[in-house]
Amino acid sequence: MTDATLNGSGPGKSSSLTARDARTKRRNASEKRFQAYGMIAIGIGLFFLVVLAFTIIRSGIPAFTKTVVDVEFTITQAEYEAAESELFKTKAYQDLFISKLEAQLQERGLEVDFDADAIERLLGKTGGTIREYYQGNSNMLGEPVRFELAASSRVDGYFNGRVTREGMQDSRFLMKTDLDIVDALHEAGIMKSAFNWNFITGADSGVDNPGGAGIGASVVGSFFMMLVVLLLSLPIGVAASIYLEEFAPQNRFTDLIEVNISNLAAVPSIVFGILGLAVFIQFMHLPQSAPLVGGLVLTLMTLPTIIISTRASLKAVPPSIRDAALGVGASKMQAVFHHVLPLAMPGILTGTIIGLAQALGETAPLLLIGMVGFVARGYPDGIVAGFTDPNSAMPAQIYTWAARADVAFYEKAWGGIIVLLVFLLTMNILAIILRRRFERRW
Amino acid sequence: MPLLWLILIVLAIAVAGYVLGRQRALASAGGDSRGLHSLPSYYGSNVAIKAIVPAFLLLVAWLLIQPIYVGNTISGMIPESSVKEGSSLGLVMAEVRRAANGLDAAVAQGLMTDDEARNLRADFTDVTQRLRDAGSIVTSEVTQPILRAAQRYRIMNDTGNLIMTIAVLILAVLGFLYGLRESRAEFRARNVVEHSVRAILVGAASIAILTTIGIVLSLVFNTIEFFRLYPAADFFLGTNWAPSFSGRGGSSDLGVLPLLWGTFYISIVALAVAVPIGLFAAIYLSEYASPRIRAFAKPMLEVLAGIPTIVYGLFALLTVGPLLLKVFGDNGLDWMQSGTAVMTAGLVMGIMLIPFVSSLSDDIINSVPQAMRDGSYGLGATKSETIKQVVLPAALPGIVGAILLAASRAIGETMIVVLGAGAAARLSLNPFEAMTTVTAKIVSQLTGDADFASPEALVAFALGMTLFVITLCLNIFALYIVRKYREQYE
Repeated sequence: MTDATLNGSGPGKSSSLTARDARTKRRNASEKRFQAYGMIAIGIGLFFLVVLAFTIIRSGIPAFTKTVVDVEFTITQAEYEAAESELFKTKAYQDLFISKLEAQLQERGLEVDFDADAIERLLGKTGGTIREYYQGNSNMLGEPVRFELAASSRVDGYFNGRVTREGMQDSRFLMKTDLDIVDALHEAGIMKSAFNWNFITGADSGVDNPGGAGIGASVVGSFFMMLVVLLLSLPIGVAASIYLEEFAPQNRFTDLIEVNISNLAAVPSIVFGILGLAVFIQFMHLPQSAPLVGGLVLTLMTLPTIIISTRASLKAVPPSIRDAALGVGASKMQAVFHHVLPLAMPGILTGTIIGLAQALGETAPLLLIGMVGFVARGYPDGIVAGFTDPNSAMPAQIYTWAARADVAFYEKAWGGIIVLLVFLLTMNILAIILRRRFERRW
Repeated sequence: MPLLWLILIVLAIAVAGYVLGRQRALASAGGDSRGLHSLPSYYGSNVAIKAIVPAFLLLVAWLLIQPIYVGNTISGMIPESSVKEGSSLGLVMAEVRRAANGLDAAVAQGLMTDDEARNLRADFTDVTQRLRDAGSIVTSEVTQPILRAAQRYRIMNDTGNLIMTIAVLILAVLGFLYGLRESRAEFRARNVVEHSVRAILVGAASIAILTTIGIVLSLVFNTIEFFRLYPAADFFLGTNWAPSFSGRGGSSDLGVLPLLWGTFYISIVALAVAVPIGLFAAIYLSEYASPRIRAFAKPMLEVLAGIPTIVYGLFALLTVGPLLLKVFGDNGLDWMQSGTAVMTAGLVMGIMLIPFVSSLSDDIINSVPQAMRDGSYGLGATKSETIKQVVLPAALPGIVGAILLAASRAIGETMIVVLGAGAAARLSLNPFEAMTTVTAKIVSQLTGDADFASPEALVAFALGMTLFVITLCLNIFALYIVRKYREQYE
């Protein structure tokens, strides 16, 4: 003891604990730095999220608008008959339309030169549309009629900044001089943006018609697919989880199932596509590109997710519930089905919705079984046809648009992503509400 | 839709069985349910199960076996001579199926009588034309052997479906009657029903095993088929990937190495982005962040994991690619030729993987016992020193597991590389060059029009096999590490 006091009084650290020496400062600085790294990392993550959201919204919104020429004019009986007597009838109507348009511009005191070719580049074949209308509604002859004619996708591009005067080159699709007409029409209030309903309700168009492409048909395809996934994966997933959680004895077979489930959850989705192609199409000859097959593939893919979340919610039900049920004479099966399962249901539904949302956004396996975008040419004509007729799904449709050469389709792809994300967001919010509303802490 | 009707009829029998079985059991106890062994509903369920389950099992088995049986019989009928040069039996069978469907369509539209469709003879041009009129796609002239095979195919399928319908209905009725006979007061209905339900539960749980078996079998059979056409050594050791599109094998070079290299290179770039960001985010969230920040930032980061990969693919193709091209392209550093490159795909994939790394690491860091931190603080260490010298070493195995899981995710990722990495397969070290991956090539080889018998299509299965084996090994290893680590602190 005496030695210790002797040594302690020697030349040691004499500074006060409250004064910060160089080493403490260094350590504190490194502490601050380390904390900053963490904040930067989270900042980067959130930054990417914001950039992603911003890009999607900025690039996708134009898909929901289209440029239309909104004109009101009158065609008299005499003009109608004159046009019908021509050899090239649609041409006659087009000339008629151009003269009406010219008259309207002059009325507003605007001078622009244009010819039939320029109008055709801007609006496509207008004559046919007008003729069709008057053939169907001949009582409207002599009355003022309002026409909304869709402009070509390149004019759309000029309106929302994708095509610029400097960046473009004259082609048979659009000339620089045409832009003068566009500007004039815009100024006159004849050419304007309108909401593009066709994008939401329409089907995929041909490669050369980006303006007419819509996502509606593939939304229906996705819907039928999700129906298959829901109807199969929920009962199968719940049954499998109940067995594994409540009844399975500890043996080799149970272990095998457990290992399989945890591995299947991590198998790349494209491998499920190969499975679907080989088993459902090559082997069973189910119809190619059918939402039924897509649904089966996605069911197998989401089952592990659903089983894992269902087991977690079954496990969360306290054993006292089971004991009480068994105590009043219920069989094991009755205890599970009458008491445990209803209590676990909110958790199971939440997990199922999240699994469905995951399946809804999956693309790769669908491409392998032929659900590519260009098969979505129209709505199915019935419930059964909805399952078996070739159709696409939202993400596959987006992929098809993204892979096309025409830049105008990119806008559609972003717009499609907005539609897809709206669905995903709705499903996730539903899951959160379910969890908040019904979750029970034991 | 006769199949739908058949299912509905069987269901109707089952519902009737439920009602009748319940009534009969109650009647046998003199209308007093206390005289029964089980609750009345169990007697009803017993009859319903006996009507449905065997009938549906037969239905499924029949639907699986009939096409195989018919296919085998028909392909035995087709003479060698009608399998032309440059074609295969599979293609001829597809033609037969199409012709048979065309006959069906023609009958349905009233262009042919059923008798005609069964017995049409040699007036070929007429048949082809008439099938076209009926709206079916007939690629070539329908020849006599194909027409005969198609007629036989139709007849066999028709009779098969008829027999199946009758057999299924008979089985359902028999099950119904048997169940009804059993419905007496002393019958232990609950035990029987619970046994059946348990069997159904086991069946549902076995689907996981069936799926794995399905994956393995579909990969193995087609891979063997591929190696019969293309030497395995050339596939695994070849350094050139150049499938020919029109030719039938021979001229194609199908070496997997450039694809594997592209896959690994992109994954490495992705992990180089995701691991530091994800790890630091996890450390900050679990050790520093206040509960409020944590409650906000953690779900926000996890949103990144919930975004479909097609969105990332588009983001890579249309936003990140052009941006990188502006910096590293012609006008900038001149390292990059086009927007699609290893760097583009890797960066975007890295963003996608951030939440995978951060969430798993966060869980693992949280499960390090507080006592270890307290001990370190007690010795005078700062928070960051504790993390670096105590928490991270303790959590290291788990974090490695998390990174391996993220790596397996990166290797199996498809849409980002299909859209962002380009299509050229090459062995190069330049990360600004376009490369392609195993997954991207699976998609491109199987979405074309190539028929399934050509090595160009079958190679996709060999690629899938390679991918499956690599990711499976990574997953098993990662899960093993994570589980082992969890046990250590439980």
